[in-house]
Order: sequence, then structure tokens, then C-alpha cells
Amino acid sequence: MIGGLFIYNHKGEVLISRVYRDDIGRNAVDAFRVNVIHARQQVRSPVTNIARTSFFHVKRSNIWLAAVTKQNVNAAMVFEFLYKMCDVMTAYFGKISEENIKNNFVLIYELLDEILDFGYPQNSETGALKTFITQQGIKSQTKEEQSQITSQVTGQIGWRREGIKYRRNELFLDVLESVNLLMSPQGQVLSAHVSGRVVMKSYLSGMPECKFGMNDKIVIDKQGKGGTTDDTGKSGKQSIAIDDCTFHQCVRLSKFDSERSISFIPPDGEYELMRYRTTKDIILPFRVIPLVREVGRTKLEVKVVIKSNFKPSLLAQKIEVRIPTPLNTSGVQVICMKGKAKYKASENAIVWKIKRMAGMKESQISAEIELLPTNDKKKWARPPISMNFEVPFAPSGLKVRYLKVFEPKLNYSDHDVIKWVRYIGRSGIYETRC
Amino acid sequence: MPAVSKGDGMRGLAVFISDIRNCKSKEAEIKRINKELANIRSKFKGDKALDGYSKKKYVCKLLFIFLLGHDIDFGHMEAVNLLSSNKYTEKQIGYLFISVLVNSNSELIRLINNAIKNDLSSRNPTFMCLALHCIANVGSREMAEAFAGEIPRILVAGDTMDSVKQSAALCLLRLYKTSPDLVLMGEWTSRVVHLLNDQHMGVVTAAISLITCLSQKNPDEFKTCVSLAVSRLSRIVSSASTDLQDYTYYFVPAPWLSCKLLRLLQCYPPPEDGAVKGRLVECLETILNKAQEPPKSKKVQHSNAKNAILFEAISLIIHYDSEPNLLVRACNQLGQFLQHRETNLRYLALESMCTLASSEFSHEAVKTHIETVINALKTERDVSVRQRAADLLYAMCDRSNAKQIVAEMLSYLETADYSIREEMVLKVAILAEKYAVDYSWYVDTILNLIRIAGDYVSEEVWYRVIQIVINRDDVQGYAAKTVFEALQAPACHENMVKVGGYILGEFGNLIAGDPRSSPLVQFNLLHSKFHLCSVPTRALLLSAYIKFINLFPETKSTIQEVLRSDSQIRNSDVELQQRAVEYLKLSSIASTDVLATVLEEMPPFPERESSILAKLKKKKGPGAVSVNELEEGKREGGELNGGGGERGGDNSTIAASNASTPSPSADLLGLRTGPQVSAAPPSAGSLLVDVFSEAGVNDDGFLRDLEPPTESSDSLLAEGPGDSDSAPPSAVSEDAAPPLPESNELLNKFVCKNNGVLFENQLLQIGIKSEYRQNLGRMYLFYGNKTSVQFVTFTTTVSCPGELHPQLNVQAKPVEPLIEGGAQVQQVINIECLGDFCEAPLLNIKFRYGGALQNLSLKLPVTINKFFQPTEMASHDFFQRWKQLSQPQQEAQKIFKASHAMDTEVIKAKLLGLGMALLENVDPNPENFVCAGVIQTKAQQVGSLLRLEPNAQAQMYRLTLRSSKDTVSKRLCELLAEQF
Repeated sequence: MIGGLFIYNHKGEVLISRVYRDDIGRNAVDAFRVNVIHARQQVRSPVTNIARTSFFHVKRSNIWLAAVTKQNVNAAMVFEFLYKMCDVMTAYFGKISEENIKNNFVLIYELLDEILDFGYPQNSETGALKTFITQQGIKSQTKEEQSQITSQVTGQIGWRREGIKYRRNELFLDVLESVNLLMSPQGQVLSAHVSGRVVMKSYLSGMPECKFGMNDKIVIDKQGKGGTTDDTGKSGKQSIAIDDCTFHQCVRLSKFDSERSISFIPPDGEYELMRYRTTKDIILPFRVIPLVREVGRTKLEVKVVIKSNFKPSLLAQKIEVRIPTPLNTSGVQVICMKGKAKYKASENAIVWKIKRMAGMKESQISAEIELLPTNDKKKWARPPISMNFEVPFAPSGLKVRYLKVFEPKLNYSDHDVIKWVRYIGRSGIYETRC
Repeated sequence: MPAVSKGDGMRGLAVFISDIRNCKSKEAEIKRINKELANIRSKFKGDKALDGYSKKKYVCKLLFIFLLGHDIDFGHMEAVNLLSSNKYTEKQIGYLFISVLVNSNSELIRLINNAIKNDLSSRNPTFMCLALHCIANVGSREMAEAFAGEIPRILVAGDTMDSVKQSAALCLLRLYKTSPDLVLMGEWTSRVVHLLNDQHMGVVTAAISLITCLSQKNPDEFKTCVSLAVSRLSRIVSSASTDLQDYTYYFVPAPWLSCKLLRLLQCYPPPEDGAVKGRLVECLETILNKAQEPPKSKKVQHSNAKNAILFEAISLIIHYDSEPNLLVRACNQLGQFLQHRETNLRYLALESMCTLASSEFSHEAVKTHIETVINALKTERDVSVRQRAADLLYAMCDRSNAKQIVAEMLSYLETADYSIREEMVLKVAILAEKYAVDYSWYVDTILNLIRIAGDYVSEEVWYRVIQIVINRDDVQGYAAKTVFEALQAPACHENMVKVGGYILGEFGNLIAGDPRSSPLVQFNLLHSKFHLCSVPTRALLLSAYIKFINLFPETKSTIQEVLRSDSQIRNSDVELQQRAVEYLKLSSIASTDVLATVLEEMPPFPERESSILAKLKKKKGPGAVSVNELEEGKREGGELNGGGGERGGDNSTIAASNASTPSPSADLLGLRTGPQVSAAPPSAGSLLVDVFSEAGVNDDGFLRDLEPPTESSDSLLAEGPGDSDSAPPSAVSEDAAPPLPESNELLNKFVCKNNGVLFENQLLQIGIKSEYRQNLGRMYLFYGNKTSVQFVTFTTTVSCPGELHPQLNVQAKPVEPLIEGGAQVQQVINIECLGDFCEAPLLNIKFRYGGALQNLSLKLPVTINKFFQPTEMASHDFFQRWKQLSQPQQEAQKIFKASHAMDTEVIKAKLLGLGMALLENVDPNPENFVCAGVIQTKAQQVGSLLRLEPNAQAQMYRLTLRSSKDTVSKRLCELLAEQF
């Protein structure tokens, strides 16, 4: 039960303040500002307790969103709600920024009234919200429309309205993954995991029933045991072990629990079908090999090699390697074969950017760093080298096996739906120690 | 930063600062700083030929970054380089960086010291000043080591510029504060003192801070500064506001200097030289006069400066405390401020008045403002001012206005801030006790206090009210009635229940006559609160119940029922359970006599320092207790101890003081507690002994605190034989009147001890300690002044009336005619017994207290048995003697009912206390006691034999005394019959 919700700008000025419960006083707004935003020491915990009141905050660019409560609530629920709130706002007016919030404050209050009721989260489905919270002022809706909205919002399938019609039934499916890695200088993987999302955009008529299939190890093994399918041999070793996953509310969980099949009536438009995480058999797209040599007290030689480790036919994009430099760096000379490299003093790092790189290639950079002798005995902590990239495959190995659409009432079948599938693998925190 | 505003202002720095200011977020700021740091690093590394200007600029940027809270680990060398520059701004920035950033253990310190040394020896006054400022700002030990010798030389050198002298004085002060051992004044002392005569006011102002600090440490060396300071002060005070030009601040001449001079004078006693003193008094009068003049400016600075001097002058007047005229004038001046618009002024006035109130000269003057202060307490908006007002009320309270002040404080308490409530409660409790003229008022006040602010009433407060009620029999009945009424309120505070339980348990019988407060009603009332109370209170209530059984046998069955109930006897709290079990058993097994002994009324508590006062002191903390408070404390302590001096509140402290200072007075208090009959003496039945020894052990803190130090047989046995003889009676009187043949009961309480409190009233306490050998005795009397006012023309005379004269020779040493408030004096009386006697000598005391003549006559506790010499003898010897003394007039016999429990140990102790030898295995009946002794008089020796036959069934004793002289037998028999 969220007692109230505040939005601050980077200076700590309150942009939005909505209090749902009486136990939250007016001073709660200031308490958060004083103790968190303006705190002398940066507050790193997302949950702060001030005077028996709990504040949960997330930060989006320079905007602080804080939910406040006096009760012992489920913190995960609150954060889930805050993220949803961010999604909803993004869906309505794009980037969350001070200006956007100021321009849309009426809308935000309207949204807050709808998605939280006496502090209990309600429907936060953008698609559904957009049907009755619009930016176009009051459009006099007919009685039927109103009752339709009511029945939809309060009904069993709150995320989809009836009577949707498209001339072309289309479906877009994106598998978005981010790879996180920490590697030792010797190339040993210290920790690695992939967190992925399946994002769909559906433009389907009527109330279709969809079924989504992927190379989930449990499903494949089950089928393999039954020996009924013929593709066991093909996909057997390509099946992946999913550590945990969460679904959009449209997915029938009972069916997933019993048969592990993902079937659902999709919302209209864009939504996130599922989220998952894997830790086993991850394809690491890049390998970073660092070489750091200290030459006396005033010089440092750095050589970094990166190797791409995927099919040569694929192209990685937006590659950026960030090599931290010591705090007493006084000058840097860089030589690189490919791409552009630059010493960024404001970030204390050498940033090396490569636009494109094919699989199974390697590239290298070498740099000479001059140091200023200091009277500080502290040794440089050597932060890890980090990397950013984008590759056109799923590093977890996830494959979409099928996505079937059934709409018995209307006269189109699975074959008539145009389906698009795309895989994008991005780097999360992809670091190698040096 | 002055350099920026100058012509060659650093543009790069200004740009950088404005960049930082414009950063939208913390991250952006960090980025900008990182960029700048990288830039500075590359500059400092690369081109060696960095000119002074850029060096200064970058060092400045580093300093700014450091002040933003980032670590700086380079640039120190560049800053040190700047020190050797010849340009003022560069040197200044260098020194600034170093005083902010260089820590004392840096390797660079040698280089820095070198640069400072160069600057100090240069002839350029600005460079010297910069160097001095740097030394003072760093102020480390290393700096002190390097420059402590140099700076005094600069300070007193004739050719030093005035501005440098100022800096040097302040720099030296700083070094002295950090490492006093390194700054050795010695030869410079007189020359430093003469800086007070300097032409330049700035030098004087700087020097006086140094002198004040130094003279606090070694006042004697700087004594000469007093006359100089006075003359300087008089010159300033008498000057017109235009005379001092630069040093006139809003029409007030040199206010800072004046304040400092006045403060310096506060380090010393009033000047002895009449001329100097006259001049000073004149100055102070002028300052007070000036306060009356209309302000020359409406600006707040003007009045602030004026008032600063005035308050400092008033502190000095209070410090001297010898000029009644000035004190009264100061008080009147403060009285005006009490109603001033400015809150700060009111605060200061109240604070100063607190100290004024403790001075005897101005106490009365302070009292005239009572209405204003009470008004301030009620209406003041600022809590700190209200607190001061409460302090002042406390300080100005005396006997005349105590009732009014206590009533006001009580009424304020209902609305007082929570933060000061506890302190207020303590103050009310102390005032009520200290100035209680009649104790029923005291009891009313404290009960009110508990009612209004029960939560803030600490344990000490209600311990105290119980101690007082127990020690004063005149108030007990009233107290019982009042608590009974108070307890009838539907919701009363737990502390009230505690007081109620204790007092009704002790003195419930005094109000039992009234059918509205019959025993059963009392019990039911108490028991109705029982379940709402915490465990300690319940334990106390259980003790009160068992006392009820003793007081009112008719409640026995009801109470036993309660004790027997599961909620008591099976209570999960072990303390409550144990009490229930033991009390239940005690009430069913013991006979009424045993019960009566075990549950006897609590004996009076030994007087000690009021625990409340100790608590108040603790609460205020040593720093916060004003002088006044401390004095009050002393006074209070003395008074309550009957002149025993200050003593800790608990027994262990008393014991400790006994051990460390075997002075008679310490002994007195240690012993006095001895022979009192306690609530828990070892009793007849072995079961009961057991039960009680355990109960005693398990008594929790608060009860133990209440109970007087347990005493009894042990200490008696220890003391008795040591002092050859013990005397029984000590006549005690309550009124100041002719000799008081006071109650025999009181006399009997003191029958077996040589030491104790002979007499006590609100003014005076008389303690006694005596020792006897053969026919000689020596008695120490301790007269304690319980009030805060001295007793004058204090005289005592000891006389032996009538026929006693030829029997007893008493010589009293003269006693000092003046007893200060809270003090104690001692008198020695030598006694020689010439023949046997029956009467006791009379002690007459006369003194003046506040003008009224007080006259008291008491009986000195000298009785014939004091001159007993114990005689050991075997069985047959005893009976032979016994038979020899068989003439009827030689024997005195009495058969009487036991008034105390018939406990063998106690009886033995009493007989030993009498001074005779207790003979074991003489009488065929082991229950009987026989004793033998010889009374030593100058004329003759009188052998005496005693036989005491207790009859446990009938609760009777038969006492037989035989001695060679009939009067002796009779007298001893009379004395002893009351003892058992």
C-alpha cells in the first residue's frame, strides 16, 4: 500500500506530489529531499527509512520518482510499480524529463488517479489506459463506448478490447538480450549472465489466441522423451536452460505451470511478453585481452586486444571499449588499427569506438600513459576495462521455434499472419579486469 | 578571494567556477572537475617554465576543487614554490593553499618552514603577517616547535610594526593553546603585559586575548596586568565616542577591547590597592550609568555593543561580589532588561540574574522581580528563555517566597515543554523540601507533582518523600490521609501508587479510624491498582499488604486470599512469586508478636545528601551547573547531613568515607544507623530466619534503597564491647523550651548506643559520640546548621541541676560563637563520675537565627550505666555474690510484658550494649541471661549483678538487679525495663 508518490527534479524541487493515505504528512516530501536528494553522502540504497516512513526511489535521467509508505509493504511490488509508472509515462509522452513532466502534469495526475487506488496498484497496462486517458481533452464518448471501456477495464481480459480490425494481420517479435560479464585478466569467466526480454508488437484482428514456442530445455527434453517430434536431433543441443522468467499478465500461467506452454490473448500494440535470465552456455560475443605494464613511476603502457567470437557472416555494431586511466594521468598517446580512440579526461578513461566488426576478427589498441608523480602512497586500484556492443543474435542461444495465432471467429488463419522475428544482443556490464 | 577582484584577476578560474555552478547534476560536476584536474596535471608535468601567474591560477583551482570536497593529491610543490614569490597575491595564494591543505606530517613541512622563516626575517610587514597567519592557521606542534621562540621576540621588539604585533600576539595565543609546553614566556612576561599600554588599540586588543589566556594558567606572573587593565579601561570608558575614531563602533568606544578587559579582570580578585579599586568601581559605575542614557543610535549594533560591555561589567561585579551598591544597581539594570523587546536580552538578563541571586547582597533585590520572572515563565515564546526563567525562580527562592514560587512552578509544569519537565520536577521537589515550613505542605506539593507530571518524577523524588514522611512523625497521619485521597482518582500514576502503597503500609493505621478509610477500604483501593502496575510496584504493594496484616489483623484473611491466588503465588515473575510465598507463610506461621517485630514500622532514615539534588546536578552536567547551583548543593548537603559535610547518597559511600577518614563525624554517621531495630531482624523461629534472610537478599534495588542500612545485632555486638560502657537514655526534645523530660520511648531507643542523633529540628541537628573509661567519659557534640544562614552568638552551657552536682562533674569546652550556613561545629565535653546518680545533666543552647533568639534545653544522655566495667566470673562466684547481695533494698525486680520480639540475639546485644559482661553457662536455665559489672565512680565502686528471665509463652520478662547500693539497683532496673 503506497502512501504517496512524489516526483522531483534534479534540484530536489517537487514536480508531482500525490498523497493517497492520511498517514503521510506534508513533511514527507521535504524529508526525502533533505535526506536523500540533498544528502551529503550520496544515498545508494533505493530504500530509505526516515522517521518510520519508508521511501522507495528510482532515478530516470535527472528525475527522482519516490514512493512513500508507512506500512510494511512488499518492496519488490513497489519497485515493479515504479518501473511500470516509468513505462506508462514513456508511452504517453516519450522521454522522462523535467520539461516533459511539467508539460504533462495534468496527464500524470490523471494517470496516478487511475493506476493507484488508495495506494493499491491497479491496471497499469498502457494499451488499456490509452483508451480512456487521452491527451485530447474530453471527447464526448457515447454510452456504448463508455460501457465498453468499463467492461474491458473491469472484465477478465482487461488488456484488450473487442472489435479490433486490421486489414493486414501483422506481428513483430523482438528478442532483446543483454550480456553481463566479469572476466579475469587471464580470460577466466568470473561471472556471466544474460537477461533477456521478448517484446512483441501485435496488430491482429479480433480476439486471437496465440501460442509461443522456444527452445526451452524442459520442453525439448519432454518432447524428446516422448519421441514424437522429428526435430529432436536438430535442436537438442541448442536448447537452453532458463533460470527464471516472468510473463505479461496476458499469459495463462496455469497452462505454463502444467504444460510449460506459453499461450495468451495478446494486447494490441507493443508490450513485453516475457523476461528471462540464463546463466549457462552463454555465447560471449567478444573477448578482451588486456596488457598493462608500468614503466617506472611516471609511465604506463597499455595494450588491449579484442576478438569477436561469432559467425563471420554477422556484424557487430556500436562497439566501444573503455580503458580506465590512473587519476594522476598527465598525458596519453594512443595508436589503434581500427576505429577511433580518444583520451577523455572528464571520465578518466580512453574511449575506443569501432562502428562495425565482423565475426572471428581481432583488433588492437596500444596506449602510452604519462603520469604525474604524487605524494600519495595509494596505489591505483585498476578498475576493469568495460565494453559496449550490439550483435544480431541472442547470446543466450534462445531461438523462437514458433508463434501460432488462432482466431476461430474471424476468417484468417495462422498462415495469413505476417510475422517478423528479430534478435538483438547488447552488452550489459561487460567487464574485463586488467 | 581578493586576488580575483583585482586587476590581474584570474579569468580561467572565474570561468571554471561558473562552469561548475552551471552544472545540472552531480555527475556533470564530477566530469568537469576531472577534466580540469587532467588539464592541471598536464600543465604541472609538461612545461617546467610555468610562470607565477598560471601557477597561482592552477593552485587556486585545486584549492577550489578541494573545497568542493574532492581529494587533491598533487600541486603541493607548486604551492610551496609560490611562497618564494615576491608578488603579494602569489604568496598569499601559496600560504592559503598550505594552511588549508598541508597536513602536519607532510614531507614538505621542512620546505614550508624554511619559507616561513625567510618571510619572518624579512622586513616586509605584509610578508611577516602572511607568515604569522599561516603559522596560526596550521597551528600544529611542528609549527610550534619551529617558531615558538621566534614569535615572542617579534611581539615585543621595539621596531615591529603594529599590524605585525597584532598578528604575532594572536599567533602566539594559538600556539599556546595547541602546545602550552612549548611556549615559554618567562623573560617576555613583563614586556607582554606592558603591551596593554600600547598606543595602538589593535595591538592592545590582540594582546589582551593572549594575556587573558596566559594569566588563567599562571595568574601570579601576570598580576601586574590588573592595574594596567583598570587604567586602560577607565581611559576607554571616560573617552567620548569620537576620541577613538577607528575603534569606535556605532558610537561605542572600543567595545571589544572593553569586554576583553572586563573579562581579564574576572580572572583576578578585586584589586587590593585602594586607588585602583576606586578607579575600577568608578568605571563600573560609569558603564552602568551609560546604560541608562538614551541610545545614540537606533541601530541594533549600537545597543548590542553597549549591552555586551554592560553584561561583561555585571559579570565582573558578580565575580567580585563585594560591592552591595553595584550589585543592586546591576540587578535593577537587569530588571529593566527582563521586559525588553529583545529575546536575547531577556535571556541574558535572566541568566545573569541567576548568578546575582546567589549573592547575599543582591538576593533581596533579585526577589523584587519575581512577578516579572513568573510572567516570563508563562508567556515567553522561546523555550530556552523559559528554561532560564525557571532557573532563576529556583535560584531566587527562599523561605519567604517558596510557597508562591513552588505553586507557580507547579502550575507551569502542566504546560511545560517536555524537554525541561524532568528538571522542573526535580527543582520543585528540592524547593519544596528545602523550604518546607510545614510538612503537610511538602507532602501536598510532592503528591501534586506526581499527579501532574508523574512520568517525569524520577525514583529519587518519591524515595525522598517517603524518607521524609518516615522521619517526621508529625506528618505521617496527614500523608496517609492525602495519599489515600489521591489514590481514589480513577487513573493515578504508578509513582503515586508506589508512594501510596508505601505510606499506607506504614501508616495506614493512622487513618483507619475513619470508616471511609477503614483497613479493608484501604486495601481494596490499593489492590484495585495492583494489576495496572509494573513488577517493581507490585512487589512493593505485596510488601505493603503484609504490613497491613500486621497493622490490621482483621484484613489477614482477605490478604492471605490474595496472596494465595494463582496470579501471585504462581506468578511468572520470580520476585513476585517469592514474595507472595514468603509473605503468605509468614502471615500464617508467625505469631502476632513475631509479625509485629518483623513488620515493625520503618526506623527513621539516616540523613544524607538529598538524592534529588545529586540527580539534578548530574542532569545538568558538571559544566552546566552554575556556581549558584553548586553552592546550593553544598548548602543543601550540609543541612541535610546535620553538618556531616557532603556525602554520597548511598551506604557504600558512607562506608567508604568511614574507612578513609576516621573522623568523629564520619564515625558518627556510620554508627548512628547501627542499633535501630529493623524490619527484618533475625527472628525466633529458624524458618523465619531463613525466610527473611532470603527476602533480604532478594530485595530489589528500589526497596533496598528505601530501607535504612541494615544494622542491628551484628554491629551492636561489634560496637558494644569496644566502648567500655553504653549509655541508654538520650533525652530528645522537639521544641525549643525548658528541659524536656521527653518520652521514655525515645529515650529507650537510644539506650544501647553511645552515638547517634541527639536532636534535630529544622534549624539544627545535634549529633553525639561518646566514649567512657572507668569513671571518666568524653562526649563529642556536633552542632550542624541546617539552614543557609549563619547562626550567631551560639553558646552552649552544660549544667548539673540539684543533687546531681556533687555526683557528676561535667566540663564543656567552649564552642565557636558562629556557625556558617551548612557548617558544623564540634564541642567536647569531659565527664567525671563522682558518685552514683539518677538524673541527667542538662544542655542549654542559645543562638540567633535571622535575628530571632533560639533557646533549647536538652538532657545529655549520660546515665549511670555508662560507667559500667564488665566483670567476667564463673558460675559459683556469681551465685556467691548473688547471695551476698540479698538484702531487700539491694535488689530491684520488675516483671513486665515484652514490647519487642523475644529474640535471644537481640537481647544479648542489648545487654552487651549496656556495658555489663554477659555470662554464659551460669544460670541453670539456658533461656535466662545473667550479667555482671562494676560501676566505677570516683568515690566508690558499685558491683552489680543482673538476671533476666524471659518467658516466651507469656511474652513476659522478669528482671532482677542486685547491687551493693540500693539507688543503683533501682535506677538500672528502671532504665533496663524499657529495653525489652
